[in-house]
Amino acid sequence: MRRHPVAQMVIVGAIASAIGIVIALVIDWFPADAAEQAGPIDTLYDVLMIVSVPVFVLVTTVTLFAVWRFRMRPGQENEDGPPIHGNTRLEVIWTAVPAILLVSLCSYAYAVLVDIEEKHDDQLVVHVTGQQFAWRYRYPQPGGRAIETTALVLPKDRPVLFKVHAEDVIHDFWVPAFRVKIDAVPGITTEVRATPTKLGRYPVVCAELCGLGHAVMRSSVRVVTPAAYDRWLQEQTAPAGGEATGGATAGGEGEAGGGGGADLAALGRETFVSNCGSCHTLADAGTSGAAGPDLTTALRGQDEATLREDIVAPDARITEGYQAGVMPDNFAETLSAEQIDGLVAYLASVSR
Amino acid sequence: MATTDFATRPVPQVLAHEVHAERTRARWIDWLTTTDHKKIGIMYIVSSFAFFLIGGIEALLMRVQLAVPNNNFLTPEHFNELFTLHGTTMIFLFVVPIMAGFANYFLPLMIGARDMAFPRLNALSLWLLLFGGIVFYASLLWQPPEAGWFSYTPLSNEMYTPSGGQDAWIFLIHITGISSLVGAVNFYATIVNMRAPGMGWGRLPLFVWTILIYALLLILALPVIAGAVTMLLTDRHFGTHFFDPTEGGSPVLWQHLFWFFGHPEVYIMILPGFGIVSEVLPVFARKPIFGYKAVAASTAVIAFLAALVWAHHMFSVPVPTVVLGFFMLSSFLIAVPTGVKIFNWIATLWRGSIVTASPLYFAAGFIAIFVIGGITGIFLAVFPVDWQLTDTYFVVAHFHYVLMGGAVFTIFCGLYYWYPKMTGRLCSEPLAKASFWVMFVGFNMTFLVQHAAGLSGMPRRVYQYPADAGLTLYNQISTVGSFVLGVGILMSVWNFVRSWKTGAVAGPDPWKGNTLEWFTQSPPPVNNFDEIPRVRSVEPMKDIRRQVERQSGIEHDQVTQPSTTA
Ligand code: HEC
Ligand code: HEM
Ligand SMILES: [Cu+2]
Ligand SMILES: [Cu+2]
Repeated sequence: MRRHPVAQMVIVGAIASAIGIVIALVIDWFPADAAEQAGPIDTLYDVLMIVSVPVFVLVTTVTLFAVWRFRMRPGQENEDGPPIHGNTRLEVIWTAVPAILLVSLCSYAYAVLVDIEEKHDDQLVVHVTGQQFAWRYRYPQPGGRAIETTALVLPKDRPVLFKVHAEDVIHDFWVPAFRVKIDAVPGITTEVRATPTKLGRYPVVCAELCGLGHAVMRSSVRVVTPAAYDRWLQEQTAPAGGEATGGATAGGEGEAGGGGGADLAALGRETFVSNCGSCHTLADAGTSGAAGPDLTTALRGQDEATLREDIVAPDARITEGYQAGVMPDNFAETLSAEQIDGLVAYLASVSR
Repeated sequence: MATTDFATRPVPQVLAHEVHAERTRARWIDWLTTTDHKKIGIMYIVSSFAFFLIGGIEALLMRVQLAVPNNNFLTPEHFNELFTLHGTTMIFLFVVPIMAGFANYFLPLMIGARDMAFPRLNALSLWLLLFGGIVFYASLLWQPPEAGWFSYTPLSNEMYTPSGGQDAWIFLIHITGISSLVGAVNFYATIVNMRAPGMGWGRLPLFVWTILIYALLLILALPVIAGAVTMLLTDRHFGTHFFDPTEGGSPVLWQHLFWFFGHPEVYIMILPGFGIVSEVLPVFARKPIFGYKAVAASTAVIAFLAALVWAHHMFSVPVPTVVLGFFMLSSFLIAVPTGVKIFNWIATLWRGSIVTASPLYFAAGFIAIFVIGGITGIFLAVFPVDWQLTDTYFVVAHFHYVLMGGAVFTIFCGLYYWYPKMTGRLCSEPLAKASFWVMFVGFNMTFLVQHAAGLSGMPRRVYQYPADAGLTLYNQISTVGSFVLGVGILMSVWNFVRSWKTGAVAGPDPWKGNTLEWFTQSPPPVNNFDEIPRVRSVEPMKDIRRQVERQSGIEHDQVTQPSTTA
């Protein structure tokens, strides 16, 4: 045992690396993957893990081992270590080996990059606009007016090209489940691609500091079947009650939100969930945001006019203990008149 | 159990004689008007350490806010102000200046000079630093800046951040920038002109090598940021539109200018730390540094590459794929010289006769932590992966591994190593080691889980996170860890304060050092050395000790019974 300290160290190192790699691969580090791009990216990540765990283990075991094995023992206080000043062969090896490793990793990563940036013919173009502190989406329609919404709905298995804009400051459009992230920079249009592959609802997050409401600049994307997507599109284009846009009729998967004669309060509730829930708690809507007042209790006894003002001109009257400038002040523009009526009716009904 | 008591071992000593300066003025005037590089160095170190503690309090406030989801302990405004103050303080008022403090104190001693090349300029750079810090923190009385430590435009433009705090931030960059620039020129001139006889470039201590490169990088990078913040200032108040997209300006220009400075800045912060470790390891391994030339050359290579990688901070900004490829490769390559350093350090330890004292603990702890920071750096350089990771807590974890784990552990290593020289007294070793372990555990607890939080989708700079996002546990571990870390740091602070008056007397050379600062008294007299020895190798003190041993007839083996002088 005393004769083969290095062998011992190699064995310990190999076992530790093996355990480390297994742990690194077994744990699911990323959120659910819901886009084609996630596959190669996650594989690349796993490869990086497999390469780096042994490097880490190598360095730490050798360091610890050296400190322990060659520590000064009583009686050796005046002994010096051997006067070794270096070794050119070793220097060349530990420059060249990491360099080769890194250049090959880099080529692999470049290949993945080219792969995920590949263009597709039948792609769906969606314009995304960031503003302090909300996301808006626009779907250009062939030969018609583009659809503007505050809810992002995408068909499954169709490549999407996001064209990202910013209204005021820099934001960053991030859909963790799609593994896409791109800055929204005022003055230029940035692009990013993803092909959703799993039905469901996933968070959309702003990843670049954009001001006081940055933390709550969240929205969500709903991936639906192509048929449901077509239905949704039709609802948006077929104007409800003369309004040009239908906004966020975020009904259940596939089943229509109810076209023209929708119950106002139901529309209000849906609008609330997708536009306000990230900041406001409201028991009835099941939301739990905490950036703004808890509307379950805060609205007691307010009349509809005050409510409307709170929504379209939030800075006119600031709730005590909160700040101006957090709640977006352009809901009058981003939501349809009908949605705002819905919100007011809904909030009035739940706060009674 | 194998620890030895350094203070009580007789070491052959060569003493310089103290020159008695007559004291004609009050002590505090002495400090205020001094041009002595040692006093200036101490003031640098003490004041930047005070900024470190302030920055630490800000960090703990943020960690309290993040301890539970949807917390309202702080308003979003206060949170944004805190991370801006914290990041800016740690970088511009702590790590960069404390390295300048070490350099101030030890660079002349290590190269056998009596002071810096321009002693008055040296005092100027200290006072500018303090002045910059005061201007910056005075904004607390009105409204502190809140656009983050890289103050991206347009958010930092007047339209979105009207408060004067942003202007205080700009002046901080200007003033501390001039301070660092003046300091850098001074270091450069001192190193080039004032080395002891015989100290060619091949015998320059490695810490001095890193300070030389640190100075060059500062001279390269600071004018760019100075220009950029001046443009921001005129954009804010004098009607220009450099960064205003509505008038044909470009917000991306700010990012290029900022990061052209910002990435070298990262190496400005870490290279002197590498230098400290390269000094400490051979002393405590009782063995020459392995591959002196490789370690010195890798410093220069890192600096060169550091100027070519800035765009890896902008991977979420649209850039042509080929350009991305270039920055990806250059960022990868910077790992090679860094790896060379680490391998040489380990080879230095190998087969040494290792004294397990506190500076060695911090140096070894630094290696383990820094390797993690380096590896996650590679992850971030891989563009497709970085796409998922940039601007998340993974990045927060990465740069704290590099800066807190890298720079701060080397700073503590340097503090423990040089404390006896600066004060003439030894710190308590058991307390130092306890502090190390508490810091090490607390640090990893705070920041290791943040990698996982980032991977699960937690963006950085958020003052709240949703309760159902699976982030609560990570954040709670992190908050508890940050308090453990805080306790560890306070233990060292207590150690430094207490030992100042009550520590065991150190003598000139308690560690059996290799470099010339150990040739003189602790603390050194005003003129540093009576006589400057001729340097004949990288380890002049070893030569001197041998010579003294030979002349005084003391042989190794005869010293078996440690005397009790201290
Ligand atoms: C970015 C976060 C955010 C979003 C999104 C948001 N709010 Fe607010 N809201 C706040 C904050 C902060 C306040 C308190 C400050 C104020 O009164 O303006 C507030 C206040 C209110 C109030 C006044 C409460 C009271 O005490 O009287 C109402 C009503 C309200 N919001 C409704 C809404 C509705 C409806 C939506 C969705 C269309 C919404 N908010 C979206 C942050 C937000
Ligand atoms: C004492 C232990 C420390 C703790 C607990 C701590 C904690 C934090 C926290 C909570 C944030 C905010 C993260 C976010 O919301 O995005 C942060 C940001 C930051 N920290 Fe630290 N930190 C510590 C030490 C340091 C040190 C020593 C440095 C540098 C040398 C440093 C540099 C930074 C920087 C540059 C930022 C980014 C600020 C910004 O986003 O503008 N930190 N830290
Ligand atoms: Cu944001
Ligand atoms: Cu960088």
